[in-house]
Amino acid sequence: MFNKDRWTEIIEALNANKVRTFLTAFGVFWGITILVLLLALTNGLRAGVTADFGNFATNSMFMWGQRSSISYKGLPKGRRLEYKVSDIEAIKAEIPELKYVSPRNSLGGYNGANNVTRNTKTGAFQIYGDYPEFIKQKPMDILEGRFLSYSDINAKRKVCVIGPDVVKGLYDKDEEVMGSYIKINGVNFLVVGTFKITNSQGDTEEEANTVFIPFTTFNQAFNYGDRVGWMAITAEDKTSITQVKERVFDIVKSRHNIAPADQRAIGHRDIAEQFQRINGLFDILSIVGYFVGALILMSGIIGISNIMLIVVKERTKEIGVRRALGATPWAIKGQILQESLILTILSGMVGISFSALVIWIMNSILDAGGPVENFSNPSVSMQVVFVALTILVISGVLAGLIPANSATKMKPVDALRIE
Amino acid sequence: MIQIKDLHKSYHMGSNSLHVLKGINFNVKEGELVSIMGSSGSGKSTLLNILGMLDEADEGSYTLDNVPIKNLNEKIAARYRNEFLGFVFQSFNLINYKSALDNVALPLFYKGITRKERSEKAAHYLEKVGLAEWSHHLPSELSGGQKQRVAIARALASEPKVLLADEPTGALDTKTSYEVMDLIQGINDEGKTILVVTHEDDIAHMTKRIVNLKDGLIIDDSTVEQVRAQQYV
Repeated sequence: MFNKDRWTEIIEALNANKVRTFLTAFGVFWGITILVLLLALTNGLRAGVTADFGNFATNSMFMWGQRSSISYKGLPKGRRLEYKVSDIEAIKAEIPELKYVSPRNSLGGYNGANNVTRNTKTGAFQIYGDYPEFIKQKPMDILEGRFLSYSDINAKRKVCVIGPDVVKGLYDKDEEVMGSYIKINGVNFLVVGTFKITNSQGDTEEEANTVFIPFTTFNQAFNYGDRVGWMAITAEDKTSITQVKERVFDIVKSRHNIAPADQRAIGHRDIAEQFQRINGLFDILSIVGYFVGALILMSGIIGISNIMLIVVKERTKEIGVRRALGATPWAIKGQILQESLILTILSGMVGISFSALVIWIMNSILDAGGPVENFSNPSVSMQVVFVALTILVISGVLAGLIPANSATKMKPVDALRIE
Repeated sequence: MIQIKDLHKSYHMGSNSLHVLKGINFNVKEGELVSIMGSSGSGKSTLLNILGMLDEADEGSYTLDNVPIKNLNEKIAARYRNEFLGFVFQSFNLINYKSALDNVALPLFYKGITRKERSEKAAHYLEKVGLAEWSHHLPSELSGGQKQRVAIARALASEPKVLLADEPTGALDTKTSYEVMDLIQGINDEGKTILVVTHEDDIAHMTKRIVNLKDGLIIDDSTVEQVRAQQYV
């Protein structure tokens, strides 16, 4: 169908009125550009906002103890709920859908008192007692050495992994960090690794000021016994943490004599739920993007249809001549359809390329100017491009249908009579 | 070559009906050069349109080269037009964005002939009408007489059985008209059957037979002594 002669015919016809061809194509070009840009901007917003979650495993929740609000089994309300190490084992044993249950404890805090010293240097840092799997819940780059390991946990080794600002605060430039000791609250810890948390917004400074030590060491060295400050719980990929969290609460409640109806004793932050809510919002934004883009594209397509009608009208006589020379109605229809299809696809391709250029420029400006709040990496997937192209092909044919039919509706004798 | 029996055609415009052809009987043998004359409204163009399968008769039969032409759908009509007929129009009807060569090649395109062969044939017919040097010019760069020659080359390109010319000299001055008639006579001399619709007496006398139409009927059908256009060129 698309041999060279057809192409020549079509290109000749489109070339015959360049300005009009250009203006017609512009409608579709503009429509597809807006469609793609809208989707890219939605993606940019989505990427920007979800980056606020850091790159924390999103199927997770944090769970901490608060005060009970209902008296239960003869015990008063207002009791402080404090998790024990044994809770971890119980939760893991009863709910196999959980991937990681990490107990955590911490010392110090943002703008807290100085708690770490090395030789003459001191600093106030955030000290966390953690399990090795915490790095899987909150991915970080290990720059040197390693993260905590289970043998550290089992042997209660006094080792630590420190953040970039800790290094900056306690070491001179070019000083060897690995293998040196730092003193946390008077206890010496061997530095076995340094880390950096990338792709996090907002908490960068706090995270850079962090020291990780093994959970068991933490509890022993700082006299925490078997207390657990809070837990970071991640569910298996196929189960949502939102679905299993009530079961976790029930276990904790029964183990600590908390009334089953007590809503306040357990504090938690469900990252999956928050993440999903925000993702849902952006799904809707994407749909709006598609909808608005498609409507604008549609006006472009109607434009093509309109112009093709005029073209057919103007070329009535030419069509009559072609039919007198032996063109079948389908040869004529095919030509009009292909003209509209080619016009649509070509202008659509230009539109897609143009919007890709705009997205590229946006990205390079973002790269150069540093991160912008709630916006990063606007992009469209190939899938969107294919959807857009499919829409273009279908609409190109649709745009050509009415004009193609009207082109052959008139009898050749009448078409020839038109001046 | 052409047999027409009792051909009727009327046009309906609202409640009015205009009976244009009221029973035409008419035969053309191979190799004839016939002119159809008549004042406007006599039905000569309608007759030519029916002969050209651009329009259909209400009644009567039409046989072209032993093929009965009836109940045509547009697809078959298009094929017959392409195979049997070549058209020459008063206003040339060249496609203005195509070169002379491409215009001549157009019926061959619809015939499904390869590009190379098309160009060769088109070039051959352009040479035949004396426009080989103009093959890459657009119609707008040609004079009226040249345009009509391109149109004649185009009509000949598909090697039709019959050439139908509707007022081929109507838009040309006398001298150019005679040049075109000279060309048409030359083609007829080679054996092509040609029908010319005209209302000009001198043009009609350059054919071999004059059919006179009046109010939808043939009032006169006689062979004439052909005047060669050559002597005026």
